[in-house]
Amino acid sequence: MQEILQYTWGALVSFVVAFTVGITYMGLNRKITARVQNRIGPPWYQNFFDVLKLGSKETSIHHGVMQHMGPAFIMVTAVMSLLIIPILNDNRFFPNLNFHGDLVFLLYIMVFGPLGMALGAGQTGNPNSAIGVTRGLSQMVGFEIPWVMALVALMIQYKTTSIVDLMNLQAETGRWLMFTSPFAFLAAVLAMLGMFRYAPFDIVGAPQELASGPMSENGGKYLFVMMSAGSVFAFAKLTLYVDLFMGGANNLIILVVKTFILYLIPMLYGIVSPRYRTEQAIRYFWGWPSLFGLLAILQAVFL
Amino acid sequence: MMINDKNSQKIVDIIQNYARKHSLWILAYGTGCGAIEIPPTMTSRYDAERLGVRGAATPRQADVLLITGYLTTKTLKRVIRVYEQMQDPKYVIGFGSCTINGGMYWDSYNTIKALDRYLPVDVFINGCMPRPEAVLAGFAKLQELIQAGKADGARKYKENLEWYRANQKKVIPNWRMPEYNW
Ligand code: SF4
Repeated sequence: MQEILQYTWGALVSFVVAFTVGITYMGLNRKITARVQNRIGPPWYQNFFDVLKLGSKETSIHHGVMQHMGPAFIMVTAVMSLLIIPILNDNRFFPNLNFHGDLVFLLYIMVFGPLGMALGAGQTGNPNSAIGVTRGLSQMVGFEIPWVMALVALMIQYKTTSIVDLMNLQAETGRWLMFTSPFAFLAAVLAMLGMFRYAPFDIVGAPQELASGPMSENGGKYLFVMMSAGSVFAFAKLTLYVDLFMGGANNLIILVVKTFILYLIPMLYGIVSPRYRTEQAIRYFWGWPSLFGLLAILQAVFL
Repeated sequence: MMINDKNSQKIVDIIQNYARKHSLWILAYGTGCGAIEIPPTMTSRYDAERLGVRGAATPRQADVLLITGYLTTKTLKRVIRVYEQMQDPKYVIGFGSCTINGGMYWDSYNTIKALDRYLPVDVFINGCMPRPEAVLAGFAKLQELIQAGKADGARKYKENLEWYRANQKKVIPNWRMPEYNW
């Protein structure tokens, strides 16, 4: 009983932290984009207003059950990965449900949300959604390959499929995996560009071209769920990268600093890039990132 | 219940209106020449995103329908469908003299004159065409109305649906649409 309460509490706290940090990052993204474009831009807390407003909108759209479930799938994925990824090095304040083999599980669960959303978007019958979904799944085929290669390289090199083991290893040796398996890190970071779906890989929700793609029929509360799930998921992914490659974090401040530095990579890359076409995006991921992934595996096997 | 009690509802309203007012997602439906003033309003010179004004991609996600100028009867039909697909709370801004009294199209055979006979308009911005400053002033006015809870065009539209429908059907001869779209 004590344990269950503790886990529930941990889940709640992690969610609130992830939500706040994630939404703030998105707001900072808008602010920084605006500054780069020589605008003043919205305040950094703008996205809190947006989320609150979306949550308070009334919704009377009905296309079928799957449409209502789509955003829920994304939320479930986000929360589930958040609960598995260790947030801090010592688990006292954020107890979570990691287990041996969670790295493999994560690989699966991270594509679960987009697939659920694809079903939901399909049911709205909006042609833009259908195009968005095909683009999204193609892009996923693109960036999943270097991403999986990077993780497999880590698994081979350190003979473990547990995130906590990898973190402990870094804590013991004092060397970040970023330096001991640089190719895996490169492949994973390049794959991250696709995961965040910022330009040039925003081919899924291209607002001017596809009218925001899969979510074009989803307004109000659906968008609210998607936006919160997106920010929680962004935080979870960034934390995963920090855990795997940058030695985890001992407290929240270090975690925020590290994740923000990582977050700057897709953000700044996106601000100065136009949009790729679908096949260009896939070619990109199957080029250098996959090569780095391959090198990482070779390094893991032979060195 | 606490939630249904009048005072707590008031507090909730104030918070919600505050959020709504600072987050206006506009659907700029470029119907007339006035639409050319939207890009300068959104980009670096005037930067409407400062006020939380931001473009929305589809009617489902939008809060504000920006009708930029004259409406031909053909466009009016689409505008009505777009308006009815938007989710509550939603607002309409009539942009330019053409939406107020027909502007320089007042004797045209195929444009409508007073927009608020067909759709409930919350804020009019006059001028032909209004400069971005005027557009920003219009947004500020809308924000004021929202905070005061007076931007209730959508409610008016629902209450007087027959009147609006009759007006709309008068000018749209080939009415082949569902009776309502929300
Ligand atoms: S008010 Fe003037 S600028 Fe605007 S649509 Fe009419 S004629 Fe064009």
